[in-house]
Amino acid sequence: MLDLRSLPDASGYYGPFGGRYVPETLVAALDELEASFDRHHRDPAFVDELESLLRLYAGRPTPTYHAARLSRELGGAHLYLKREDLAHTGAHKINNALGQGLLARVSGKRRVIAETGAGQHGVASATVCAMLGLDCVVYMGEEDVHRQALNVARMRTLGAEVISVTSGTRTLKDAINEALRDWVTNVETTFYLFGSATGPHPYPKIVREFQRVIGREARAQIQELAGGLPNTVIACVNGGSNAIGIFSAFIDDPDVALIGVEAGGRGGDQGNHAATVESGTPGILHGARSLLLQDEGGQIIGTHSIAAGLDYPGVGPELAYLHHVGRAEFVTFGDADAMDALQLLARTEGIIPALESAHAVAGAIRMASETSSDHLILVNLSGRGDKDMETIAAELDTRE
Amino acid sequence: MNRIDASFISARADSRLVLAPYVTVGYPTRESAVELALAYVEAGADMLEIGMPFSDPIADGPTVQLASQIALEGGVWLEDAFNMIERIRSQTDIPLVPMGYANPFMQFGFGSLARELAAAGADGLIVPDVLPEHADDIETANAQHGLYLIRFAAPTTPRQRLRQVGNGAKGFIYCVSVTGVTGSRARLADNLPAYLARVGEATSVPRVVGFGISKPEHLRALHGRAEGAIVASALIDIVQASPPSKGVEAAAAHVRKLAAAA
Repeated sequence: MLDLRSLPDASGYYGPFGGRYVPETLVAALDELEASFDRHHRDPAFVDELESLLRLYAGRPTPTYHAARLSRELGGAHLYLKREDLAHTGAHKINNALGQGLLARVSGKRRVIAETGAGQHGVASATVCAMLGLDCVVYMGEEDVHRQALNVARMRTLGAEVISVTSGTRTLKDAINEALRDWVTNVETTFYLFGSATGPHPYPKIVREFQRVIGREARAQIQELAGGLPNTVIACVNGGSNAIGIFSAFIDDPDVALIGVEAGGRGGDQGNHAATVESGTPGILHGARSLLLQDEGGQIIGTHSIAAGLDYPGVGPELAYLHHVGRAEFVTFGDADAMDALQLLARTEGIIPALESAHAVAGAIRMASETSSDHLILVNLSGRGDKDMETIAAELDTRE
Repeated sequence: MNRIDASFISARADSRLVLAPYVTVGYPTRESAVELALAYVEAGADMLEIGMPFSDPIADGPTVQLASQIALEGGVWLEDAFNMIERIRSQTDIPLVPMGYANPFMQFGFGSLARELAAAGADGLIVPDVLPEHADDIETANAQHGLYLIRFAAPTTPRQRLRQVGNGAKGFIYCVSVTGVTGSRARLADNLPAYLARVGEATSVPRVVGFGISKPEHLRALHGRAEGAIVASALIDIVQASPPSKGVEAAAAHVRKLAAAA
């Protein structure tokens, strides 16, 4: 049996993945962050404050909802949705932003930086910084600034400075590069509020621990609603914070299948998708050893997904490890599958998911149609689709 | 004796700093990168740092990123680095120290990398995103082929860690002058002398200061406080600002001024 709590090891490794591949300048700050996290996440006062904020500020617990009409329509398994889309700011990202925001406050650093792809982590960071009275700077690739304009406006409204990154592929990968450069420069005064379950140790661990609440709640809720554990838990995966958050509660249940859905984009060759686990190879990027989309020479290659939050050429080291040991399975669904799933969920249940989460829904729909009504599927509906309405509207126009 | 050690012994005898200009493989082109390197040697360089481009260079500022990007667009591979080192080595005996990020090296294989670099005539290796505690496989491969893996110190490195970094360091310690990325800066950090003194207390390995070193007065200020200096972005800025036919000459002229102050 995998003991997730024993991972990572003391050096930050999950089997062959993880670790800390950063410039020397950041070592002291990462050591300090790790010590602070290890001390505070066991400190009752810190835990009480975080739980109180999750409840009263973020609106937790989020419900688990039986999508009865969609399940009937599909004629197979019963689908249950973990409604992270109902959390404050519209996605699971708030869970981690609150946790790390409190760590930032105790660190005494007044300036917080964050990277963002779809803008959900940026909005969550800007929100928490506003509430805690911290300065917030968010790095976002220029392409994402355009396609997630609504989230840019939200961050600015919340008082954050949004820096549009024009280097490289102008998406999340380059936003992380710039945020790391900022951190190397301002490390003595700045807290890096990392949003994904990737990056240098201890970030993958910290993000998992702050997202663990998703799985903890969902496990209790589905047992109460359905009288037992799900057969399958499905989440969309890129860096993988929502996936590791919900998977973490079911790792020790060998009969529960864990399925990550990666972005298949337009399908086809390198550059047209972000299916890192399916077609990536081991490598080192952004501080961790994991699976990457890269060329033979080890240069990182561009990705494509209709979902800005899945448009990254890496995956968190712990998810790479769960794949490595066969505990989680990974499948790929593309832009069109995600749009189909989004429309079906919207029309049968009145829920418009984020384009990222629509990939998980696509995976669940496929599985539901292939299984019988005694099968229970739990889907992490990690975010809501409001931010994507422009992309969705344009896509619907081309379909009509 | 490793050429890096020989270079510091000789510089110490002359009360000079080891001056190490930086060149990027494939920048401005494959051919003119070699010309630049040889012009720097002619102008008085004591050592060369030879950068291999990477798509995501997190320790580098805009100038070195740009050079890397131009080189990658030109289709540069590690083989071009081996070739460049071999051509420079055929003309000079000064130490040649390649620099690059972990991922391309990992894909090539650290063992093969050390073998090819040593065969081409390199003397060390700088990998800014690999810390000594994660470097066992690279250290072993390098040691087999007589290459030094260069370690880093930063202004944020605590004393105890400085001693760990210094213990077992080979060739020199790359002292990052500021918290930050590579790039020219008008003046040196105020706390640089105290920081370099801290490094000197922790280890007797020569200190080479990099990041932000651009002018002769910077080098003069380092006398007695460090044993060498690396100059990168300032030279790339000169190449970028010059017409293509004048870039090599203009950058080499700056190296000549730096060498006079070293």
